[in-house]
Amino acid sequence: MSAIAKLARQPWIFAFVAAVAVWLATAAFTHGQGAGGVLSVAFTFATFFVIVAIGQMFVVTLGPGNVDLSIPATMTLAGTVSMKIMDGANWMILPGYLIAVAVGLVVGLFNVALIRLLRIPPIIATLSSSFVIQSAAIWYNRGLRVKPPTLLADFTTAKIFGLPVLAIIVILIAAVMHVVLTRTVYGRTVIAIGQNARAARLAGLDVGRVRLATYVMCAVFAASCGYVLAGFSGGAALNMGQEYLLSSIAVVVIGGTSVAGGFANVPGLWGAALFLFLLVTMLNTFGLGAGVRLVLTGLIIITVIVIAGGSRANAR
Amino acid sequence: MTGPAFARLLRGALPALSLALLLGAIFYLQPRTMSYFGLNLLLNLAVPIALATVAQMLILTVNDLDLSIGSYVSLTACIAATWLRDTPLLGLLALGGGVLAYGALGALIHLRNLPSIVVTLGMSFVWLGLAILVLPTPGGKAPDIVRALMTWKPPYVPFPIIACVVIAALAHVALMRSPYGAVLRGAGGNPRAVARAGWSLLRVKVTMYMAAGFVGALAGIALVGLTTSADANIALRYTLLSIAGAILGGSEFVGGRVSPIGAVIGAITLTLAASFLSFLRLNPDFQIGAQGAILILVLALRALIGRAEKDR
Amino acid sequence: MSLQEVDSGPAPALAPAAVSLAGVEKRFGAVTALAGVSLAVPKGACVGLVGHNGAGKSTLMNVLAGTLAPDTGSVAITGRDVTAGYAIATARENGVRCIFQEGSLCPNLTVAENARIEHPSLTGFSWRTDAGRLIRQKLDEIFPGHGIRPGAMVADLSIARRQMVEIARAFTVTASPVDVVILDEPTSSLDQTIAEQLLAHIRRFVEAGGSAIFISHLLGEVLEISDRVVVMRDGKVVAERPARDFDRDGLVAAMGSVAAAASAAPAASRRTAAPRVDIDAGRGSTVRLTAHTGEIVGLAGLAGHGQTDALLTVFDGGGAGDRVEGAVAFIAGDRQTDGAFPLWSIAENLGISSLGALRRGRLISTAAEDALAARWRERIGIRTPDVWNPLLSLSGGNQQKVLFARALASDADIILMDDPMRGVDVGTKQEVYKILREEADKGRTFLWYTTEMDELLICDHVYVFRDRMIVADLARADLTEEAVIQASFRHDA
Repeated sequence: MSAIAKLARQPWIFAFVAAVAVWLATAAFTHGQGAGGVLSVAFTFATFFVIVAIGQMFVVTLGPGNVDLSIPATMTLAGTVSMKIMDGANWMILPGYLIAVAVGLVVGLFNVALIRLLRIPPIIATLSSSFVIQSAAIWYNRGLRVKPPTLLADFTTAKIFGLPVLAIIVILIAAVMHVVLTRTVYGRTVIAIGQNARAARLAGLDVGRVRLATYVMCAVFAASCGYVLAGFSGGAALNMGQEYLLSSIAVVVIGGTSVAGGFANVPGLWGAALFLFLLVTMLNTFGLGAGVRLVLTGLIIITVIVIAGGSRANAR
Repeated sequence: MTGPAFARLLRGALPALSLALLLGAIFYLQPRTMSYFGLNLLLNLAVPIALATVAQMLILTVNDLDLSIGSYVSLTACIAATWLRDTPLLGLLALGGGVLAYGALGALIHLRNLPSIVVTLGMSFVWLGLAILVLPTPGGKAPDIVRALMTWKPPYVPFPIIACVVIAALAHVALMRSPYGAVLRGAGGNPRAVARAGWSLLRVKVTMYMAAGFVGALAGIALVGLTTSADANIALRYTLLSIAGAILGGSEFVGGRVSPIGAVIGAITLTLAASFLSFLRLNPDFQIGAQGAILILVLALRALIGRAEKDR
Repeated sequence: MSLQEVDSGPAPALAPAAVSLAGVEKRFGAVTALAGVSLAVPKGACVGLVGHNGAGKSTLMNVLAGTLAPDTGSVAITGRDVTAGYAIATARENGVRCIFQEGSLCPNLTVAENARIEHPSLTGFSWRTDAGRLIRQKLDEIFPGHGIRPGAMVADLSIARRQMVEIARAFTVTASPVDVVILDEPTSSLDQTIAEQLLAHIRRFVEAGGSAIFISHLLGEVLEISDRVVVMRDGKVVAERPARDFDRDGLVAAMGSVAAAASAAPAASRRTAAPRVDIDAGRGSTVRLTAHTGEIVGLAGLAGHGQTDALLTVFDGGGAGDRVEGAVAFIAGDRQTDGAFPLWSIAENLGISSLGALRRGRLISTAAEDALAARWRERIGIRTPDVWNPLLSLSGGNQQKVLFARALASDADIILMDDPMRGVDVGTKQEVYKILREEADKGRTFLWYTTEMDELLICDHVYVFRDRMIVADLARADLTEEAVIQASFRHDA
């Protein structure tokens, strides 16, 4: 009994409960037809959301005003650059990935440099850099759509027992990041900064370096997502990152991470990503269009923040 | 003149200086733009962007940020191109509902002490969804009056210039010169002091959000007047543009330091940056990048001025 | 004690007092800020209010201004009881104006616009001109030759000029009258000439029938300007007499508490080897702040006179020519802003400064974290059944113990304390004092900013701060309460 009560108190549980509920509703509507397939597809698409959301979650956890708006541009740039350099050659898969990571590193450092040197809020820094990055991607790509190496494309769509290989890898990555968040000095410092940056400094924590590492890490995750997404969808497109800007924040918030910072959880990201995708599927199955889906998504985000924000206020 | 006041003057002049510089460069590269027709073409799209930027600036005044303004402008554009044309009463009611919804958001954010970024992020989905419901496929038609106004060719001075001046002047009078405007800005600078002087911060926030909703709706209507038809994604990039424009124009993120005239200038600068590149015969793909680069440049200059100010 | 007596004959009470409080009590949690204060400010009089840290002056002022509601007691204005529903608006309507110490101007507005914020009746087309004229007239009247333009942005003004604007704004008459003005440390950022202009204006205001309450740490000023002086201590009025019956020494004596029992014989001076900390504490101090191994060094003086900044200088390793040797830890006094991680458990809060030592391999060991927290729960007496309970489940005093334990559990050689015992109960204090001494004897150095006299008596050496400078350097043998108060309050003004 107490185990159930404890489970119910976990902040990530609601996202999973909602995801399961939506899935069951869909399955009920179709009388169970294709329910397994829907789940498999959901895992595939949720994977991409989770990759970027992990980075965004660490950034958001740094406290109010911290959010990375350059994620879509970074994805696009990393995707285009790596696809073009690999030029479809299978032996280039690993070097191509390293190039994507390098793009992420550069973008992250650029963001931090803007925040530090110009002393501007992260939101404006990442916004301005996103313009420049997006432009670089457009210039580099020149409208060409280079096909990914066949092995990469196969890899991103491969499945084991109906579960996408990519999803399994990202579940493992999420597990590792969960440990990083809760059990390393770095993770603890991120959470401490988000709760009270001044207290974190006065407790002797290295606030500056951890902030830097977090923005760089977020950009690297975004770049990695751009790489695999380009591989998955048959090449990089200039608008491939578009929907990930708002979605990455939405997944973080619905997953139970506090937007005020200082409280994060990784499992919730999976729940939220699955929920968002299954919600789309359900509404499509019901024959409702994109409009209703978007309105519902927005209302859910606001409801979550009103409930979560309220509980945080009471805790003080 | 004292040091800090001079630095402030310099910072205040920065938006106008960068606009003048850009305009000069465009005239130099393409002398033909220095005509009634050329200016009309150059600045046409600046009008809705300027309105959206003013809306964003109103939210910035009370230390918030609106990530939904782009989709809100899209929605109002869709409403303008459909209901407002076909059944004007319904159209007006819908637009009024949008303004009221903005006021309710302001109240919610203030009463529950919520981060505006996430609430408006959620709203951006809602507005976009509604826009798709109103206009599922691109189309519609601008109401004739709006179309006529936006394509009006007054003698001597092109319409976009007149419109921008009027927008800047009205916003300036309302926010910088009216008695209640001082309270609104004061609430951004030192909310505690304003509350201690007996003003309601809730009223301030609701006022500002409703004003932003109203100006945002005007932006949507103006946009449809230019493009003649609408679609649900028509103004999504206005979210980022409006933030960039307001910041370019000298508004700051916190502390209630805003400038309506600067916001309009910032919006025009961003619009012109695109044309500038095409006149340079550079790849038009650099458009967005140039906007970003200008933003970074201006922020860097501002940081430099700020540092010089501090070193005194 | 002769000093305890309150002058029995209150002011010539023919007319009702302009404003009066009767039996006002105010509690914040376990702390009693006001313990039954009665105070009457007659019409046409200036009442000076003095007291050491935590005497209750600010709370009293906030009650008068309507920003804090008293728990019990009543507020009356010209004899009318206005206690029920007394708030900022009522205070303003009845002509009570306040000049708060922390500043109530909006930096992003002009001087004239700030006047408008305070005076809602300034409307209409010419409001900017009207507001500008009003504030300029008042500035001209109070501070001739002030050199402030009504159109100037407040952010561009010096601190002194902002203070002048704030004063002029409070004295400006629009729709509501100005009968009682409360000034909290109004001269702290003004230079001598301007301060005298202000004092002269207050005199004129009072002679014209107004009333003023004047709070200041400059005793000379208080004695010069006031008709009556009220001395507060521990949330009570302990002396109230006509100003002419007081002198500086009398005020200082009245502010002090009963002399603490002489503490243990001074330990042998540890000031033989080179100091562990040696910094320049604030602009133009002639005395350097030094601390040696095994010493507890006290930083005294009125709150906000540069002690915390001195601690932060040490925390950041000092500037050029300074010396800070060894690892440093900081114990916050303002728990909410400087110390607590509100979403975390006791154990997480406690271990955050020792993360390096809690690692087993690359990961933080929960078992080690638990053991550390359990050890300190025992040692410092944190009252909780489970160290994994939220920090906020503890009482304030126990939360403070967690912050102590955080610093003491770390490997710091130098421990900085930013008045961490404020509002902590006596029992807890005694336990902590004992541990401090033990830790100092083990070779740790403590720099302790405290506003409480008994805590200074535990220190080996005390520096008194005033106006962001060290003004007295007291070795253990010279340390008396009177010496500290004498140094904290300026007499040359």
